Amino acid sequence: MSKLVIENVSRVFPPSHKGGQPTRALEPTSLAIADNDFITILGPSGCGKSTLLRIVAGLDHATAGQVLLDGAEVKAPGPDRGMVFQSYTLFPWLTVAQNIAFGLRERGLPEAERLKIAQDWCQRVGLKGFEKHFPKQLSGGMQQRTAIARVLANNPKIMLLDEPFGALDNQTRALMQETLLEIWERERKTVMFVTHDIEESIFLASRVVVMSARPGRIKADIRVDLPYPRHYTVKTSPAFSDLKAQLTELIRVEAQTAAAH
Amino acid sequence: MLRPLQPVSSAARVGLGILFFVVFVAVWAWATFGGYVTRTFLADPLTMVREGYELLVKHGFLYDIGMTIWRVVGGFVLAALVAVPLGILMGTYRAVEAFFEPFVSFARYLPASAFIPLLILWAGIGETQKLLVIFIGSVFQLILMVAVTVAGTRRDLVEAAYTLGAKDWGIIARVLIPSSAPAIAEILRLVLGWAWTYVIVAELIGSSSGIGHMIVDSQALLNTGQIIFGIIIIGLIGLVSDFLFKLANRWLFPWSLV
Ligand SMILES: Nc1ncnc2c1ncn2[C@@H]1O[C@H](COP(=O)(O)OP(=O)(O)OP(=O)(O)O)[C@@H](O)[C@H]1O
Ligand SMILES: [Mg+2]
Repeated sequence: MSKLVIENVSRVFPPSHKGGQPTRALEPTSLAIADNDFITILGPSGCGKSTLLRIVAGLDHATAGQVLLDGAEVKAPGPDRGMVFQSYTLFPWLTVAQNIAFGLRERGLPEAERLKIAQDWCQRVGLKGFEKHFPKQLSGGMQQRTAIARVLANNPKIMLLDEPFGALDNQTRALMQETLLEIWERERKTVMFVTHDIEESIFLASRVVVMSARPGRIKADIRVDLPYPRHYTVKTSPAFSDLKAQLTELIRVEAQTAAAH
Repeated sequence: MLRPLQPVSSAARVGLGILFFVVFVAVWAWATFGGYVTRTFLADPLTMVREGYELLVKHGFLYDIGMTIWRVVGGFVLAALVAVPLGILMGTYRAVEAFFEPFVSFARYLPASAFIPLLILWAGIGETQKLLVIFIGSVFQLILMVAVTVAGTRRDLVEAAYTLGAKDWGIIARVLIPSSAPAIAEILRLVLGWAWTYVIVAELIGSSSGIGHMIVDSQALLNTGQIIFGIIIIGLIGLVSDFLFKLANRWLFPWSLV
């Protein structure tokens, strides 16, 4: 059974000023995501990737259509759909450990237990020794590690990531991808990961969904059959290169359409 | 060298700050001792110090200072107790804001000093009246500034909290309030400074104690030395309270400074 079902979800933003045109951010889109799947959503800038993810998270409402998680309709944000944002969204007044424990606190877990889980996650995402640091004292990569741990500590049914590594340099980004993949291979959480980086989308995913330029539609849905656990060397394998060539071609057309607008 | 926005060392900063006062007193001494200004209008620095000493030792000026401080702090604390919770509510809920905002914006422009005659009619010339002047002078400013701060909380932090399972109360108590706390403390510091001007005005009219009262008395005796001493004391107290506020903020909100 599919875990997350997106049924004909579309989003039209009202005009920003009187007499303006409404923005069709997302055409009716349907997508089913199986339990334990790692899907990446690949598309040019402005094609509605964030919009789709925000609707799944419950932070935005679909103009039409619905989202079902385990058969129940999504109406509002909740801890069963954890989100890692494109921008840095750690709470600046909380330490790393307190940030990770935020959701546990909202759930009313006793302090000792919260601390134990937070410490455990610090270790797993490679932040040991930084538990008492404030977000301002961390690099961008470490902040996103904390953001990922903050979501995972909450034990969500599905994890939504919106270009979480978009602002990082290439080396840090590669390391972060490996950390995330390692965690996923162990936890087997259902993941929806938005990116516009082709290599990233293949390396992480069991399935890549390509979206067209605005208004966004699903243009292709491609399985990635590279075996897990994946090592970074897979990026130089022939199978990887083939997929990359195929996706580059698909994205190129869309980028051109987007630029023509 | 002077360069736009170039920082200076902390030693230079303290030195320059002190230099201003040295220059100020020097100009003052030159004008008064040199006979360029009549004694009646402006006392010289030495007379000021002597008069100040007499005020403190012979006329119980410390009691006046204490009264003034208690009035400012009392009225200000009352205003903060009303304004901070109300401001947070207004910043959080648009309907509450829509209800209060027009009135508060209007009331903010009513000068507290203009209320003094009315307040004397209502509350007499006792302490209640003094506290009310401070209260009216600060409460509306505080409400609006706190509301704007809370309403300006980063939306992405609120959204992150929702996706982590926070309910409305969790958003208020663990996102809106902590994220606005340093700015609210800064607002309190600022408005406390304004409260000082109201208290002196309140004490100039119908009062039997306080720094403002002493200043009026001295004016009747043409004792400019005492007046200047009183003004300087107000400035010093302001400086100390500002410093204490900054110290408290640094201790309470280390995350906003690191
Ligand atoms: N709140 C909003 N009001 C009006 N229009 C919006 C709003 N949010 C997004 N849009 C529009 O919807 C379209 C899709 O935006 P979205 O943020 O989903 O794109 P994206 O694929 O995430 O892009 P990027 O890769 O640059 O993050 C854009 O054209 C954007 O201008
Ligand atoms: Mg986006």
